[in-house]
Amino acid sequence: MTEDEYKVKYTTVSIPKPLVIKIKERMKGTGFASVSSYVTYVLRQVLSSIEEEERSKQAFTKEEEEKVKQRLRDLGYID
Amino acid sequence: MIKPHGNTLINKELPKFEKERIKGEINEFEKIKVRPETLKVIKNISFGVFSPLGGFMNENDYHYVLDTMYLENNIAWPFPITLDVSEEEIKNIEVDQKIILTNSSATPIALMSVETIYDYDKKQFAEKTYGTLDQNHPGVNSVFNYKEKLLGGEIFLINEPKSTFPDIDLKPIETRVLFKEKGWDKVVAFQTRNPPHMGHEYVQKAGLTYVDGLFINPVIGKKKIGDFLDEVIINAYKVLIKEYYPKNRVVLSTFETEMRYAGPKEAIFHAIVRKNFGCDHIIIGRDHAGVGDFYGPYDAHKIFDNFPDLGIDPIKFRSFSRCSKCNSVVNDKICPHPPEMQNFFAGRKIREALQSGNSPDLEVMRPEVAKVILEYENPFVS
Repeated sequence: MTEDEYKVKYTTVSIPKPLVIKIKERMKGTGFASVSSYVTYVLRQVLSSIEEEERSKQAFTKEEEEKVKQRLRDLGYID
Repeated sequence: MIKPHGNTLINKELPKFEKERIKGEINEFEKIKVRPETLKVIKNISFGVFSPLGGFMNENDYHYVLDTMYLENNIAWPFPITLDVSEEEIKNIEVDQKIILTNSSATPIALMSVETIYDYDKKQFAEKTYGTLDQNHPGVNSVFNYKEKLLGGEIFLINEPKSTFPDIDLKPIETRVLFKEKGWDKVVAFQTRNPPHMGHEYVQKAGLTYVDGLFINPVIGKKKIGDFLDEVIINAYKVLIKEYYPKNRVVLSTFETEMRYAGPKEAIFHAIVRKNFGCDHIIIGRDHAGVGDFYGPYDAHKIFDNFPDLGIDPIKFRSFSRCSKCNSVVNDKICPHPPEMQNFFAGRKIREALQSGNSPDLEVMRPEVAKVILEYENPFVS
């Protein structure tokens, strides 16, 4: 990858130095080549778990939800 | 919002075309008439009130639950949910057969896929569920009146059984949408089988103070003689909410089921059901779901310590009273004054006042609530 290509695909995120030291300790023996690749992996894991959580919260379709809301309106539970 | 028990909200209602197909072939199925309380179970399973249950318990789960209070898949469940049948009713029924469960007027209610037909020991069922074999216990008495066999298997709803109070009968999917619509993330449930007195109002409002919404969820169904009529409870709550509660912070909806009076085990059951409705807290009072002296006053508090994985947190209230020195409703954790200064909200005294046609003390019951109850010639189950 050329330097220009790298700049298009990646950006720099600032991390406190003490945290970087902890990450380097944690990385030992994991096979990750750099702090960046390790942090990228961790963030992907965290985001995926948050997205999964959000998906599970939405247990019904928009159509079902609208049907339910109409019944709740009919019963006077919502305006 | 809290996930349903077992993480998935069960929906066993068949699609319209499937219902029509089964109705068209209805004469080809063996049928079993079930009692009104079983119809409520079918409805509760079908709409996810009893999630993760998808049918009547099979033999493995039946024994597993009795012995461990867990389903075979390691999800907490306090007592068996079963379908009892007579030898006569199942003489033409075999495992793997699909049958129709009907109401008393032969209307098809659900399709059942029979997975197990098994014998059971009524004594074992009663003792392990209720901790006693005393037939004065209404739950034990019910078990001894069950028919001789149990059928296990998945069910599929064809016709929804009628609600007792259709205008306040919400399913878990509806309460979950409602709570979301109201912007409630944290919701506390209040289980009841009585019209509200000031003590109830105190614990409900104390619970509500720390969350976004209060879900008042009276049990509607078979109760013991001397309990308040369902209609009385509902009308009493309607007037209390109208006069004394912030409209956007409280929802009243029924939970149709029979009372089992299983004390601590029923407290766990009540918590699971309210979790399915979308509540993450439940108020557990003194002698919750108890009857007579069968359970200790705080057994229903202690049992939650054995279920750290339940997912819904109990808010445990001890006894509460009106303290003449504090001049407010108190509980024994916050009030230092002796018993002679306390006016306890004793159900027996409230009943006696109402039975003699008098309003209980204003410190004990809101006059609007007493008025609703006194409008009934007999507000009790007889």
